[in-house]
Amino acid sequence: MATMVQAIRMALHYGEKNLGVTDIFGEDVGAPLGGVFTATQGLKTTWNSPLDERGIIGTAIGLALAGQKPVAEIQFCDYIYNTIDLLKIAGNTTWACNGDWNLPMVVMTPVGSGIRGSIYHSHSFDAMMTHIPGWKIVMPSTALDAYGLMLSAILDPNPVMYLKPKALLRVRGEEMIPGEPLLEDGRPDEKKLKEMIDAPLGDRTKWAAQWPKLEKYTVEIGKGKIRREGNALTVVSYGRTLPLCLQAAEDLAKEGVESEVIDLRSLWPYDWEMILASVRKTRKVLYVNEDTEVTNFGEHLARRTTEELFYELDAPPRVLAGAHVPGIGLADALEAVSVPQHRSILSAMQALAQEKP
Amino acid sequence: MPSFKLDNKTLLQIHDTMVKSRTLEERLIKMYKQNDGFFWIGGPGEEAFNIPLGMLLKKGHGPEFDYFHGHYRSGAVLLAMGAEPLDAIRQMKNTATDPYSGGRNFINHASLSKWNVVPISSPIEVQYSMAPGTAIANKRAGNGITVVIGGDAGTAEGDFATCLVWSSRPANPLPMLMIVTNNKWGISTESAPQHGDRQIADRGKAFGMKTMVINGLDPEESYLQLKETIEYVRKNKTPVLMEVTVTRLYGHSSASGANFAQDEKDPVKIFEEKLIAGKIITKEKVDEIWKKYSEMMLGFAQQVRDEPQPEGKTIWDNIFHEQKGFSSLVAPESTLASQSSLVERGH
Repeated sequence: MATMVQAIRMALHYGEKNLGVTDIFGEDVGAPLGGVFTATQGLKTTWNSPLDERGIIGTAIGLALAGQKPVAEIQFCDYIYNTIDLLKIAGNTTWACNGDWNLPMVVMTPVGSGIRGSIYHSHSFDAMMTHIPGWKIVMPSTALDAYGLMLSAILDPNPVMYLKPKALLRVRGEEMIPGEPLLEDGRPDEKKLKEMIDAPLGDRTKWAAQWPKLEKYTVEIGKGKIRREGNALTVVSYGRTLPLCLQAAEDLAKEGVESEVIDLRSLWPYDWEMILASVRKTRKVLYVNEDTEVTNFGEHLARRTTEELFYELDAPPRVLAGAHVPGIGLADALEAVSVPQHRSILSAMQALAQEKP
Repeated sequence: MPSFKLDNKTLLQIHDTMVKSRTLEERLIKMYKQNDGFFWIGGPGEEAFNIPLGMLLKKGHGPEFDYFHGHYRSGAVLLAMGAEPLDAIRQMKNTATDPYSGGRNFINHASLSKWNVVPISSPIEVQYSMAPGTAIANKRAGNGITVVIGGDAGTAEGDFATCLVWSSRPANPLPMLMIVTNNKWGISTESAPQHGDRQIADRGKAFGMKTMVINGLDPEESYLQLKETIEYVRKNKTPVLMEVTVTRLYGHSSASGANFAQDEKDPVKIFEEKLIAGKIITKEKVDEIWKKYSEMMLGFAQQVRDEPQPEGKTIWDNIFHEQKGFSSLVAPESTLASQSSLVERGH
């Protein structure tokens, strides 16, 4: 199976070959590096930009205004903060001119902890980004969704923020990307895929990617996915914490508690219908993400749950989020206590399961 | 007897549009003072430059044509391109009929996709970060160019440096005309104590750009310099930095009173005196043009008083492309419920 970063790379290839992507650009996005996480190796329309995040976002806006189809990258979301007003403008352009222009642009940026990235390579951006109307915002937790969401983002005529959970970029999916090379027995040929699309170490000047015959596969923006069914409680998460929630749900099942786990996948618009139906069934909900806790996106979901489902709940809606500290420290113990981990998620789920009205 | 470098027809066209622009801006200021608008900001004092610029742009939609990244002092550019003054007056009155923003944005925040006039927004200098994108598209498509304009104070922002860097990358030099109109003010702050650069245009030299400083109070010099420079950028597909001396005749905005600055030079008056002295036009004809446009703008201002204001529910329109009305795409359904209850409570 392809890793998430291979899936993103293949989606970008599909985009530039079939969906009109004109520019995939940002810091170290082009040759020879092809992205610090290798997401843009071997692609045709990549180019390296100056180390200037405002220039990257501004140029993406300009390209989109001029009918191009850019996919811009901010190397780490930690460095996107000095572009906030440009992100606001990208989000308000169609509204401010009352529909006279639209911006078909994608911005992708790695987010979150999990690689011991210290203070400035571990930020999350979902809380901040969901404060900027006019954007669609997606965040995959599997390789196949990474592929399908990227194609949907490229096809969308609006600005789409594509948050890449950096801790999951090297994780192999459990579902095939349509077109992945296969072994004779029908299983995916991971070695061959690597040979085809991963740039070699050392001199790459003569290397060119050999792309598999990829197929179109989209994940509708705004639709979540139930990753695990259950009736005792609902857990809603996305990105890095999603697999941890699934793992915790399996552990809790050993105690006889079956949890439903929703992978939100889109933060704007988000699948409230899915959450609503699930929480009506389980009567308990835990929202999990790793951005800092105060004015966290999970808080919005919890507030909405309270307002709309108050009389149907057996427990208050809970939010498990990152600690409200200025950054994530480098040492193991510092990162471990700063953002939700398997153990803290399991504890929160156990506590919620035991709550009685 | 003064001499002229442009033909009579062009001279008279420029003068006519200068008066049209000035009477429009002065009507807009009156509208503000009569409570027919919440805020005024504009460009009186820049007509002698802005009008030649608007006349010389290759107007149309798409990257084969020129993109114009203006700012809130660019109203005269639009008039010279052929925009209707009535539409500016509609934006001043924030009517539903305002074609630039549907009553959402301040005056002189235009948007005209049919002519590649990208939406003007209030933050200083952000247009300079966007301009490289349209210029890349221009270069791909043919011989369109990108023109970006802002004020001297805005050059302190990082976006100005962004544009210098991105438009002159050796990997892909861009067909870009960067214009800085220098009125020596930033809101209420004089530029002299804040800016140590002797000449803003000199900043382009470090990037190998052709640079120039021109007198934006002289429409002939502006026209000829712009014509030559636009042709240069179009042909060579490389950036140019042009600094233009202008005045600010009514202050920064209505926030500072929008009163006439007696100590600033008035390019319309200077040009008129020259045209009359050169017998290109008579004083009587000049008076007639002022009267015609003054009455026209007054009539438009009276007209828009009867035009509808936008309905509150239109806030949900055009958040996304071709999207109208409230749905879960634009906001949580619970938002609408709380909004309705506010209305019911009479708020």
